[in-house]
Amino acid sequence: MDLRFTTEELAFRDEVRAFFRSALPASIRDKLLANKGLAKNDIVTWQRILNKKGWAVANWPVEWGGTGWTPVQQYMFQEELQLTPAPQPLGFGVTMVGPVMIAFGSEEQKKRFLPRIANLDDWWCQGFSEPGAGSDLASLRTSAKRDGDHYVVNGQKTWTTLAQHADWIFCLVRTDPQAKKQEGISFLLIDMKTPGITVRPIVTIDGGREVNEVFFDDVAVPAENLVGEENKGWDYAKYLLGRERTGIARVGFSKERVRRIKELAAAERVGDKPLLEDERFREKLAAVEVELKALEMTQLRVVAAERNRVGNKPDPASSILKIKGSEIQQATTELLLEIVGPYALPYQPEHDEEERWNEPPIGPEWAGPIAPTYFNTRKVSIYGGTNEIQKNIIAKAILGL
Amino acid sequence: MDFDLTEEQRLLKESLDRLIGDRYAFEQRKSYGQAPEGWSREVWAQFAELGLLGLPFAEKYGGSAGGPVETMIAMEAFGRALALEPFLATVVLGGGFLRHGGSADQCAAIIPKIADGSLTLAFAQTERHSRYDLADISTTARRDGTAWVLDGEKGVVLHGDTADKLIVTARVGGSQRDRDGVGVFMVDSKAAGLSRRGYPTQDGLRAAEIVFSGVRVGPEGVLGELGAASPLVERVVDEAIAALCAEAVGTMSAMHELTVDYLKTRRQFGREIGSFQILQHRAVDMLIALEQARSMAMFATMMASEEDAPVRRDALAAAKVQIGRSGRLVGQQAIQLHGGIGMTMEYKVGHYFKRATMIDTMFGDADHHLRELARRGGSVVAA
Repeated sequence: MDLRFTTEELAFRDEVRAFFRSALPASIRDKLLANKGLAKNDIVTWQRILNKKGWAVANWPVEWGGTGWTPVQQYMFQEELQLTPAPQPLGFGVTMVGPVMIAFGSEEQKKRFLPRIANLDDWWCQGFSEPGAGSDLASLRTSAKRDGDHYVVNGQKTWTTLAQHADWIFCLVRTDPQAKKQEGISFLLIDMKTPGITVRPIVTIDGGREVNEVFFDDVAVPAENLVGEENKGWDYAKYLLGRERTGIARVGFSKERVRRIKELAAAERVGDKPLLEDERFREKLAAVEVELKALEMTQLRVVAAERNRVGNKPDPASSILKIKGSEIQQATTELLLEIVGPYALPYQPEHDEEERWNEPPIGPEWAGPIAPTYFNTRKVSIYGGTNEIQKNIIAKAILGL
Repeated sequence: MDFDLTEEQRLLKESLDRLIGDRYAFEQRKSYGQAPEGWSREVWAQFAELGLLGLPFAEKYGGSAGGPVETMIAMEAFGRALALEPFLATVVLGGGFLRHGGSADQCAAIIPKIADGSLTLAFAQTERHSRYDLADISTTARRDGTAWVLDGEKGVVLHGDTADKLIVTARVGGSQRDRDGVGVFMVDSKAAGLSRRGYPTQDGLRAAEIVFSGVRVGPEGVLGELGAASPLVERVVDEAIAALCAEAVGTMSAMHELTVDYLKTRRQFGREIGSFQILQHRAVDMLIALEQARSMAMFATMMASEEDAPVRRDALAAAKVQIGRSGRLVGQQAIQLHGGIGMTMEYKVGHYFKRATMIDTMFGDADHHLRELARRGGSVVAA
């Protein structure tokens, strides 16, 4: 047992760090540092910089543009992205539909879509949740009926993140309404420009426009856009969600948040001393740091165990990453909210592509996004399977209850 | 970076598991605890035979030159066994003072006897007023010719009732809470002027209140640098904290297993109680707390040998915070999920609960270390 990184691993980390520092446009980094939203173009720009470097789809097999890095290197790459901070490659393509296509898709699908995912020529979104199918995802009702060489899709998806930018959506659709609910589901790739698709934004409590409803009204989808076999979509979705869980701890992201908290709390004064020296505040911060350190070690255990892993069975420790990671992210936004104090109140919409709000900032220039970030971050214990669903999964799969 | 054990470490773990399986069933433990000393000399001799008592010591003193990982393996096994023997007091604490503060002569005189099982030690540090402050010492050491004379009272000295020699902190200068002016002395427990009152502890171990009145110690009993021994004390205590973290993980994993088994067998309302979601989620909360604690026990093990003292101290403090908090949660839920049976002396789980609870009070509880970490502006995240 030697928990230190090797010299080679540290050299790799330095290389990644140096590249991110030099290659990431300052305007993008500044937005992330200040908890401001990114424009579509920011994400595309960064993805193409990574792609040119050969790091766009680091986690994929080498034949499809992956890097062949060890689990430790993959971990370091993610960690450095979060610490820089730099945008995460768009997960819907790189960590979700890409790996599903690689594992279960046809050769034509791989050749057609994978290079375009790597370069973010296609923006993908995820069509899983429905108004009546949230935690009980398998009860989804959006239907796909085979009609000659097409499927005809009808129904509604919801919570579709960044669908407003999307070129394609990967959907779980019901192809066999008679089968047991998990067994009648298929995994379908749908072009967002197809007639019959309507995207309607859902404004979240922070005032943000990340998520949407997507309506399908007799949408014709070529049969070749089915991934794998008909009625096997649930298995593919489980594969995808299993992969999502390990990336979700966001340790580097929370570390960067803690750094930001210290920076802001050192500058904000309470009476005659900085808030950072307030005993109560400091203890709360130290408690979060301890939890975060423990989570980092847990994540490293999972990363190290990847080497010895047989089959697709997740490490028991991996199941706790999502729960703890989301709790810690939420705790950091609570601390940020406390730092702002009364200047959490002014509602200052973000500058975004559609709607410009060009007033001078009210209060400290960094205060505007803090309360919205707190509100928005409540989502992290809900998406990707709520923390309660995660506990159900752990109870069943790991504890055998 | 890897978390794997070496071949030798795996063998160590296996032989420990075998020994615990053979010699530490719940009923056997009970009989050891009823012996006058509160632990088993026979088991201690077997520890010696297996090389456990020489684990961290140099080979020239009869040890096997193991490191913190070997200690972690042993302590986790002792946690699962709820072992009563003075391993922490003798090998980790007493041995730690010799390894880090002992002269070649002192090591040659004492360590071989630790390793062969013929000598036990205890660390007399806590005083009635000191709580978790290692430098808050009012026991004094006064020079008299070449010897030193100790006066004062030490409390809750783990295994102090049976130890052959005591490692004692005493003030040779400075005022009561100064970090400077601390000396460490090794005193024969039969020395004139030394009196002990032994007693059982809540978790089935033994401890003693010890009075020193005019106890003489020769120069051969001085450990480390007189008047500047605080760094030595802190270093040894940090190693002991790492060891306690591993022991706590042993107790927590045992409690978690017992509880999950119970949920699968106990039936009420016509079904296994483990089928109730609220109880499933509690069991998962326990698992999360256990795994976070395990991670921090590994971190503590890694950092126990860190030479940069402030970095080491913050790391061990962070680990102790996690262990304390996880221990509370896992222990309380283990009792709650067992219901009435968890409240009984005749059932195992309560004994684990008590040990986990008492580990929190040793060398600083979660609140103590959190406060210290916050005060120092802790940098565990960057570490």
